[in-house]
Amino acid sequence: MGPNATKGAQANTMSIALLAVQTLNGLQLGVLLFLIAAGLTLVFGVMDFINLAHGVQYMLGAYFAVAAFGLTGSFVAALLIALGAALVFGLLLEILVFRHLYGRDHLDQVLATFGIILFLNEAVRMVFGPTSLGLPMPEALAGSIRLMPGLLYPVYRLAIIAAGICVAILLYLLVNHTRIGMRVRAGASNAPMVSALGVDISRLFMAIFGLGAMLAAFAGVMVAPIFAVEPDMGDNLLILAFVVIIIGGIGSVRGAFAAALIVGLVDTLGRSSASDVLRLALSSSAANQAGPALASMLIYVLMAAILFFRPAGLFPARR
Amino acid sequence: MREAALSSPPTRLAGRGLERLAFPCALLAALALAPLLGLLGAERYVLNLFTRCMVFAIAAIGLDLVLGFGGLVSFGHAAFIGIGAYAAGMLAASGVGDAFASLGIALAASFLFALATGAVSLKTRGVHFIMITLAFGQMAYFVMSSLKAYGGDDGLSIDRRASLFGQDILADTLVFYYVVLAGLAGVYLLARAVVRSRFGRVLRGAKDNEMRMAAIGFDAYRVRLAAYCVSGMIAGLAGWLLAEQSEFVSPAFMTWQRSGDLIIMVMLGGMASFEGAIIGALILVLTEELLPGFSEHWRVVFGPFLVLVAIFARGGLVGLLAGRRDG
Repeated sequence: MGPNATKGAQANTMSIALLAVQTLNGLQLGVLLFLIAAGLTLVFGVMDFINLAHGVQYMLGAYFAVAAFGLTGSFVAALLIALGAALVFGLLLEILVFRHLYGRDHLDQVLATFGIILFLNEAVRMVFGPTSLGLPMPEALAGSIRLMPGLLYPVYRLAIIAAGICVAILLYLLVNHTRIGMRVRAGASNAPMVSALGVDISRLFMAIFGLGAMLAAFAGVMVAPIFAVEPDMGDNLLILAFVVIIIGGIGSVRGAFAAALIVGLVDTLGRSSASDVLRLALSSSAANQAGPALASMLIYVLMAAILFFRPAGLFPARR
Repeated sequence: MREAALSSPPTRLAGRGLERLAFPCALLAALALAPLLGLLGAERYVLNLFTRCMVFAIAAIGLDLVLGFGGLVSFGHAAFIGIGAYAAGMLAASGVGDAFASLGIALAASFLFALATGAVSLKTRGVHFIMITLAFGQMAYFVMSSLKAYGGDDGLSIDRRASLFGQDILADTLVFYYVVLAGLAGVYLLARAVVRSRFGRVLRGAKDNEMRMAAIGFDAYRVRLAAYCVSGMIAGLAGWLLAEQSEFVSPAFMTWQRSGDLIIMVMLGGMASFEGAIIGALILVLTEELLPGFSEHWRVVFGPFLVLVAIFARGGLVGLLAGRRDG
């Protein structure tokens, strides 16, 4: 084997390692999006309620965890306290505000939940200060692991992916194999009928809200050690979560899971490879310029195409 | 069905009470006299602030045309502001100094973007329309941020404002103020005429009951597309004015948050009321500008205010005022 061949083989392993890393990063973004989108799609599908403030639940989860860690010094305790606090807070919001907006025009819901975003982002800034905070990584999950030659990957990020997938499985069992899950599914396909059959729909709504708030908060706690914890951290993920629930089909948890992984992978892999792919067709400088724009656009192009050809999404919950 | 929840009560054209011509005239007259506030001091600041209010009022009227009267919630209208603004910026950078040429190209570009995206978006309904317009808005945003030749993320400065009949009069803050006021008055009258015309009746009719409109022989799709194009051009005009005023263009003009702001303006003032759109724009721009002077935590008050408007003031602030007057 000549020196060139060795170099080529090395470059090949490098690019495979890079691809593997980007795929894992994409999965990580995907499971985070799923945790946020799952609650969003149920609230939207069952209650026909557009909750822009759902991203705030994610942000609050991270802040609750930071505060609880300051008190207890334990990551597990911080996680549990944050989940409990998020549940209480989500129910409080439901009782104080959301409950009055069911059955109203979607735009009223948008205006009110936008107001809640403004209020809570600012309130958090008042309480915790404007600088971004962080949560120390749990000792057991610090460090990196060698997945293949030339590929070191942080254990904690793998743990996020694993935790996300575990939650997805639990949620699948809850939604598909329990009595309450049956009611949730029934609610997503026809809420008035469920109510007419004697199910206390307002309790069902509260349960879904609480569950959604906890899932979003769980995502917030999980990313707190690796992302900056700041007041508007939920805003951009919120839009991505909406993209996910539209692609997956409103009200469908299964659809949200598939769409979250698709969006996470398309976005991450697109960003890392769009310029390279374009270089096949365009000059190098044009590809370098158009690449990042195209990569950022990909998921929106995907959503527009799905809306055009399959308006109900990939896995429609109602028919 | 989801459609049932989305269709709101029939759009009444406000013809009574508050919304006779007296109110909009008073509103425009107040804006015409607003420069007098500058006599108290900080003249340029006051003029620029109110110019900004009026520019966003123009954009809000444009959005209200499709949102309030057509029932089409566009979550991508900031793209038109960006297109109008970038037309001004790019043409200034390439040496086109004439206001009419520059504005004409800005309007043509907005029209083409509205035609292309509207033709696709209007095949969808309800929440799907919201999301597909968001998608097109985001695409426009990412294209503009990637144009390195025109500043990319950093934006683009405009060295001198466009000239009117070869004169640099737009550079004068007061002249520019009244030009924008004239633009606002013109757009207001145009929008009002549009919704009162036969075309506007069909647009409102299609919002209330599309099937009935189809049964009496109107193609709702074409009417909506035309309205969407007019709406986009009005927002493009606002973008052009915004760029000329701030002598700067940046992709930040076209983020989804900006599109959200426009929806909030229309909702706050009251949907399907152009006076409402003007009031909503005034309140939002002035709030964002002035309240931080009292407290950096003004959003703690403004957020709950929006929640209360959403829960209690059906029909926005104008609806609230009109309701009081009737009762």
